[in-house]
Amino acid sequence: MPKMTIDGIEIEVPAGITVLQACEMAGKEIPRFCYHERLSVAGNCRMCLVEQEKAPKPIASCAMPVAEGMVIKTDSPVVKKARQGVMEFLLINHPLDCPICDQGGECDLQDQAMAYGYHSSRYREEKRAVPDKEFGPIVKTIMTRCIQCTRCIRFATEVAGVEILGATGRGEHMEVTTYVEKTINSELSGNLVDICPVGALTSKPYAFIARPWELRKTQSIDVMDAVGSAIRIDSRGREVLRILPRVNDDVNEEWLADKSRYAVDGLRRQRLDRPYLRVDGKLTPATWPAALEAIANRVTGLPGNRMAAIAGDFADAESMFALKGLMTELGSPNLDCRQDGAALDPNARASWLFNSTIAGIEKGDAILIVGSNPRWEAPVLNARIRKRYLKGGLKIGVIGPKLDLTYPYQHLGQTADVLGQVASGAHAFADVLKNAKSPMLILGQGALRGPEGAAMLGTARKLADTCNLVREDWNGFSVLQTAAARVGGMEIGFVPQPNGRNVAGILEGTAKGEIDFVYLLGADEIDMTRLGKAFVVYQGHHGDAGAHRADVVLPGVAYTEKSGIYMNTEGRAQIAEPAIEPLGEAKEDWAILRALSEKLGHTLPYDTLEQLRRALFKAAPNLQQLGAIVPAKWETFGRTGAVTARAFHLPIANYYMTDPISRASETMARCTDAFVAPMTGTGTHG
Amino acid sequence: MSGGDNKDVLQPANFAFTPENRAEADRIIAKYPTDRQASAVLPLLYLAQRQVGWVPRAAMDHVAEILDMAPIRVYEVATFYTMFHLEPVGKYHLQVCRTTPCWLRGADQMTETCKKKLGIGLKEVTKDGLFSLIEVECLGACANAPVVQINDDFYEDLDPKRLEWILDELAAGRVPPFGSQSGRKGAEPAGGPTTLKEIARPTGAPAE
Repeated sequence: MPKMTIDGIEIEVPAGITVLQACEMAGKEIPRFCYHERLSVAGNCRMCLVEQEKAPKPIASCAMPVAEGMVIKTDSPVVKKARQGVMEFLLINHPLDCPICDQGGECDLQDQAMAYGYHSSRYREEKRAVPDKEFGPIVKTIMTRCIQCTRCIRFATEVAGVEILGATGRGEHMEVTTYVEKTINSELSGNLVDICPVGALTSKPYAFIARPWELRKTQSIDVMDAVGSAIRIDSRGREVLRILPRVNDDVNEEWLADKSRYAVDGLRRQRLDRPYLRVDGKLTPATWPAALEAIANRVTGLPGNRMAAIAGDFADAESMFALKGLMTELGSPNLDCRQDGAALDPNARASWLFNSTIAGIEKGDAILIVGSNPRWEAPVLNARIRKRYLKGGLKIGVIGPKLDLTYPYQHLGQTADVLGQVASGAHAFADVLKNAKSPMLILGQGALRGPEGAAMLGTARKLADTCNLVREDWNGFSVLQTAAARVGGMEIGFVPQPNGRNVAGILEGTAKGEIDFVYLLGADEIDMTRLGKAFVVYQGHHGDAGAHRADVVLPGVAYTEKSGIYMNTEGRAQIAEPAIEPLGEAKEDWAILRALSEKLGHTLPYDTLEQLRRALFKAAPNLQQLGAIVPAKWETFGRTGAVTARAFHLPIANYYMTDPISRASETMARCTDAFVAPMTGTGTHG
Repeated sequence: MSGGDNKDVLQPANFAFTPENRAEADRIIAKYPTDRQASAVLPLLYLAQRQVGWVPRAAMDHVAEILDMAPIRVYEVATFYTMFHLEPVGKYHLQVCRTTPCWLRGADQMTETCKKKLGIGLKEVTKDGLFSLIEVECLGACANAPVVQINDDFYEDLDPKRLEWILDELAAGRVPPFGSQSGRKGAEPAGGPTTLKEIARPTGAPAE
């Protein structure tokens, strides 16, 4: 622990950190452009110069390791002059076009020029101009504004794992480019906009929409995948204008996936803003009382086993709890939250959680990925695997389709039976896992869906035993969920009750006419044609597959409009907060179910969200631990039995269109055309 | 000729090292430790330039593939160094030094002579593909200013007449001897040796 003096303050700092970090620990602000905590050190912008006693000239604090007895000055005349000089040089070629720049108001260069620069420019000569680049539908470039900090190059290379950005030319002719025009084919490209300290890389969908000081900022949780990234929703009036990441080191660090960021324009289109009733085969606008009345007429007198409810991927825990309560009151055991039919074992919590935790990936030293494409299913989590890979000493094996995951891996095979070979110890990768200190199995939904799902889960469970995945202080058995609602639904037991049917059973029932009433709580990813003649109620926020099939449509709200608890794939309960008011006549989802229950004569025992949550926490105490993870007990689960040599069907065919919100988004459609269509060659219908 | 992606340049679709150059490339790569083969990027790009006279994008991609690097990392290197030609150059690539000593000794005239004689401007190639012309900064032969580098050789102590003669010779398919064109040896004093006269050998006459 070296001792040093910073501006007269004596401070003891950990060895190996940089002078810049030490200055921050001492409470001194150091201006910087190229330095970024989560990227490698470049040391080329020179803005972080400080004075070190006995050094002949100012030092770049971001690149200087601390040493015993250092005396640093951050507020001396030398430092002030150095900063002014650096700032003057940076501004020589930077256009002074802040009034028409999208970064204005949240620009590092603008702020630091105000704080550390000269009051006016002495430069009268010509400025350089740089041609703009085409980076795809998400990142807009105005390269003349680039100050060549190279953050974007380092982000693309290190975090995103797509090594296509670089600096060509030299000196004044240096340009950040892909050289050969290439779009940034990464699910994390939106982060380039965040890390760019100037207005060179800005958000294309958000171009010229708003100034930061006009926005209302709401801290919330992302639901576009099961990672549960911390987000900030920026809204103005009744519109969500953009979504940015917040820092949560346990989950998303400070990154956010493109779908989570840019599907927001989908929140403005295809919305259900009033109830609808199917009259003569056509959905016609109706009033709330009429819609509830129609449901009551159909449900009254219907035996419970002829009713069913399916919860979708965006459902919050509260509304699922309310729906479960209502169905139980109506005497129906037919509940399921696993739209995709994944064989998660309701009785064993460890069978549906990412037990190693996301931050735990950094401890892992051998990872076996089965039936999953983490790059599409959880881009931020995949970045964590890449981060771990870059540290070195990580062995990765993949069973499933051969894909570019942004890190090298050993491809063990395409088919499910290879997992059986590893589980029995016959495959060489079993020894890799056995000999690792913290081995991990990442089990995707692609492995757990389909008729052999339970056997796959059982085989994976067996592998956990043979390869010693679960040890003291370590549980490497990690199920990667794709839906934000899934873990919450499992947690409150939104699964078939005794003698109840699961999703496959419900669809079989409706197809055969054994089920007459189906309640879809935002469930759009099931085969609607199999609902047969059943009376379908769709409660949700988008006019997607479910609403098109429904007999009654009840307009719920999207995650940006309600307070709701979501549990991420790790089992971390987090609360999403409303940024804007519900649209039109739409109501919060739990309140709709509460109103319906009263109409049906089975009034649910809560009148406010607080009362509901109290009941919810009593039934599922893990949901109460907001922000924390309650580790799952290690139990037996899954079915024993051989798995055949079948290929996996990964849950996501097109990253940019997986749910009602992203399917309604124009930006996501443009991304599909730019990134997915060239891969599959099937256009936007992937 | 750095500066990046000139879209007007016709890029060949493919590039591969000749068997001899491939063997040479392997020999160069073997100099570096395993997993550090990217260090060979400069010599390999130079080898590619030797083979086709310039570095087309396909050559950079080929080098990237051989060295297991991302192509952009090779582009960065190739565009950084001005000695890599990213566009085709003439069979004789004329580099007129224009830094102060040469400039004081008539570099401007050298450039003018080339332009007039060849009918091309700076950064241009003659129609027959024989000559290309650029101005460069200090070639490091200031004692023999003015200097023009033609391919790998320095032609020193030039005057317009001598330069025209050299260009004529090159056009006729003959390569005049390089070095000082004024008759002195190396960078010795213009009027002959002033010291060590007894051991200094007489200077060879100019080739004219």
